[in-house]
Amino acid sequence: MSEQFEVAIVGAGPAGISAACVLADHGVETIVLERGEFPGAKNISGGVLYGSDLARILPDFEDRKPPIERNIVEQRIWYLADQGGYTFSYRDGLFETDLRNNVFTVGRAKFDRWFANQAKRKGALVVSGTVVTDLLRDEQGAVRGVRTDRPEGDVEANVVLLSDGINSPLAAQTGFRPEPEPDHVALGVKEVIELPRETINERMNVPEADGVTIEVLGAATQGMNGVGALYTNRDSLSLVIGANVADFRDHKKEPYELMEDFKGHPMVSRLIEGGTPREYMAHWLAEGGYDHIPELCGDGFLIAGDSGMLFNALHREGSNMAMISGKTAAEAILEAREQGRYDANTLRAYTERLRESFIFKDLKKYRKFPGFLQKHKELFSTLPELGRHAALEMLTVDGVPKKEKQRAIWKNIKRSMTRWGLFKLIWDGWRSVK
Amino acid sequence: MSMSVEDKLFLNRYQVHEEPHIRILDQETCMNDCREQACLFICPARVYQLEEDRISVHYEGCLECGTCRIGCPHLNIEWEFPKGGYGGRHKFG
Repeated sequence: MSEQFEVAIVGAGPAGISAACVLADHGVETIVLERGEFPGAKNISGGVLYGSDLARILPDFEDRKPPIERNIVEQRIWYLADQGGYTFSYRDGLFETDLRNNVFTVGRAKFDRWFANQAKRKGALVVSGTVVTDLLRDEQGAVRGVRTDRPEGDVEANVVLLSDGINSPLAAQTGFRPEPEPDHVALGVKEVIELPRETINERMNVPEADGVTIEVLGAATQGMNGVGALYTNRDSLSLVIGANVADFRDHKKEPYELMEDFKGHPMVSRLIEGGTPREYMAHWLAEGGYDHIPELCGDGFLIAGDSGMLFNALHREGSNMAMISGKTAAEAILEAREQGRYDANTLRAYTERLRESFIFKDLKKYRKFPGFLQKHKELFSTLPELGRHAALEMLTVDGVPKKEKQRAIWKNIKRSMTRWGLFKLIWDGWRSVK
Repeated sequence: MSMSVEDKLFLNRYQVHEEPHIRILDQETCMNDCREQACLFICPARVYQLEEDRISVHYEGCLECGTCRIGCPHLNIEWEFPKGGYGGRHKFG
């Protein structure tokens, strides 16, 4: 005996729930299967989300009491050396008023639970505590449903949306997309550190409901291709650090040790001082970029979100791409439903739409960026130390003429990098993002 | 003061299933053929620990990231999701 639905969605993350919202809005019988005890129980991101993308799913989201941590009014970038670092930031009054919730932070355990509740209210069925263990296929090989780890747990469906996240044993088993190679994903670890609300306000120079994001580049990943981040929540700070899995393997660096070193950096330690760690988590980030997006549909199935490797590492946009790809998949399903066909050719409208959207356009624009970082490891080692030396030379007042200091800086640069190397770095960097 | 990985895992909530969701396929490969033994240091939860004659798997603390599965040079790790509702349960996420 098995249940029958029009659409089965694997995973109650932003991609799956966005699709469920759109489908339920059109009266499509939809089931969402979530392996966690509740939607959000397994979910994690750095914690940044974007209002305009959420509004494309739920135009009135602000009236639905979303569990937003802080509205972001200032974005900082740090380029760290071993003991010091450069900072660059932008703040605007508009982010407190007209552009409120353009960017905000969330805790995904709470946010995704809320988001799934909105889909439920629209009429989607969300079933938690259920792992999808296999895909059901007909004689022609088209996907016709899913097998779950519940007794008699087969769910038949006209079409299946695979939004089960980047780490997918289901993909590894069924081959609906290839298993990532170690250098195509980064491993990020995250710690949530509780601090009194007033302390966060003071340290970050923000009012009660507003916050700051800090992206951290440079030597924080100790020569590995990676990034760190520090985000403000209402009563805590999210601390994230991650690097390419192949680099972790080559450098033999334990991820938790990398996190401890990061916490010990003088620019980080002052901000988290006195805080109480509350949670420790880990997750992959898609690093391959445009060239490693798998085929996103086939006979009877589509792939959305992280599962489709839709992640823009440079702008730390992932959850929003999940939402919009989920929505776009749902729209393609609605069209296919009208035609009464769910074969790969019909569903390809999904990929075509993505191609026209910011998702493929942005990922295409930065397609060389992952390779640039992987090739130029000096960005994470030599360059930050040269930057530190230059800053210390110029900022140390010791009676040495500035001309001599400049000469010392150039000498140091030339000792560590050739002119050609420096030129290649700038040239490759420019070409990877232009 | 530096925090150990055990301290970190202690912060988390887990619903542990008696049946492990991770299994090393062949211990001989780990002990005789694997020079790197990458699982011992790439796992963010230190699930894998070197014993005298084998590598033990402390799946209870697994953070469910999947890194060991693709990071094992011999692809010698069988890795499934914990049973529905089991494993880690995020408080904040």
